[in-house]
Amino acid sequence: MSIGFQKALQQEESPIGIEVLTQIIENAQIATTEFVPMCQDTGVTVVFVELGEEVCFEGSGLIEAINRGVAEGYQAGYLRKSMVRDPLRRQNTQDNTPAIVHIDLVPGDKLKIMVAAKGGGAENMSALRMLRPVDGLLGIINFVLEVVKKAGPNACPPLVVGVGIGGNLEKSALLAKKALFRPLGQRHPDPFYAQLEEELIEKINKLGIGPQGMGGTVTTLDVHIEVFPCHIASLPVAVNLDCHAHRHKEVVF
Amino acid sequence: MPEILKITPPLSEEIIARLKAGDKVLIRGTLYAARDAAHKRMIELMDKGEELPIDLCGQIIYYVGPTPEKPGQVIGSAGPTTSSRMDPYTPRLIAEKGLKGTIGKGWRSQEVKDAMKTYKAVYFGAIGGAGALIARTIKKSELVAYEDLGPEAIRRLEVEDFPAIVINDIYGGDLYEEGIKRYTRI
Repeated sequence: MSIGFQKALQQEESPIGIEVLTQIIENAQIATTEFVPMCQDTGVTVVFVELGEEVCFEGSGLIEAINRGVAEGYQAGYLRKSMVRDPLRRQNTQDNTPAIVHIDLVPGDKLKIMVAAKGGGAENMSALRMLRPVDGLLGIINFVLEVVKKAGPNACPPLVVGVGIGGNLEKSALLAKKALFRPLGQRHPDPFYAQLEEELIEKINKLGIGPQGMGGTVTTLDVHIEVFPCHIASLPVAVNLDCHAHRHKEVVF
Repeated sequence: MPEILKITPPLSEEIIARLKAGDKVLIRGTLYAARDAAHKRMIELMDKGEELPIDLCGQIIYYVGPTPEKPGQVIGSAGPTTSSRMDPYTPRLIAEKGLKGTIGKGWRSQEVKDAMKTYKAVYFGAIGGAGALIARTIKKSELVAYEDLGPEAIRRLEVEDFPAIVINDIYGGDLYEEGIKRYTRI
């Protein structure tokens, strides 16, 4: 992220945008040296697991182990507990569990765990729309721009934008989330989508939202697209926004 | 460069009148930390005609739910949360309780903007995600009410040179709208 911030600082034209970016960089430095959270919203813990088919577990189950790790980590790290047990009755679970866990079975004997601490502000401005196949590329571009524009300052720009195209309703949302895990600056392996990512970056930055929505030329640091085959009648598109506190980590066992 | 105004709550009408969208301020003195869960309880008290746990007259509410403080820290990370979640509650606090300022990030509703214009109050933006930087300006943090809400409890914060930018002033100025318009090229 720090490379992304430096690049953003060079590209930003608005004085207030430059000032905001400078403070964001200073904040990240304080967070690193003092070992404190860069943002108080230490998020929902989102975990993508790639589980090798040959892997066996002993003792408690995988999900239970992940949740225990989250509870211990959020306590030991003085992170904020931001999960409520029930969406309407809203009692804090006090340990930030449960994590939201997605498991993919893959060939092999490895276990890969990818973790994100996903803040609520950017998540709240994310959206999904079931487009018609006829809406095509232009429909997708317009929808992504609409979501980012509506989010404005709320999602804490400069953003990282994950776009999931295809699959069905839930698959597109998962793709958009998964897209956020790709390292900054890395393009889609398919040149067609790599070009679409470039086009979206350029167009989003022309929206003028800028750092913290106070006006400027850097609204997004990167756009990542993930795609999946879909029904002949459908063109699902999900846009998952991530704020500049783009916190990801992965381990392989 | 315009001078950076130093302000201390309670905010007088004269100070409020000087603040324009885009102005940078440094705040010294007391801020009250509260989020939507605490706002909901305050509005419920007002509905019942009961007193609030804090006197909001002339005061500023900071929309923040900090991380727990590490040993030796006054407060954990303490950046602003999204203000729109407080929009349904804010107009009544401004109109009936004399609230003069709010600090957060993101758009406000038309109802909040109208209330700010009518009753002379200001909305400030703090930098979202700059929780570690902002925490350095908080010199004291004291729990005032609703301890059971955890990170959403009401706290009295004593701040020194807390940096904020005026987003909405009493004249209808809106930094988000004006700033974005200036740089839109699509």
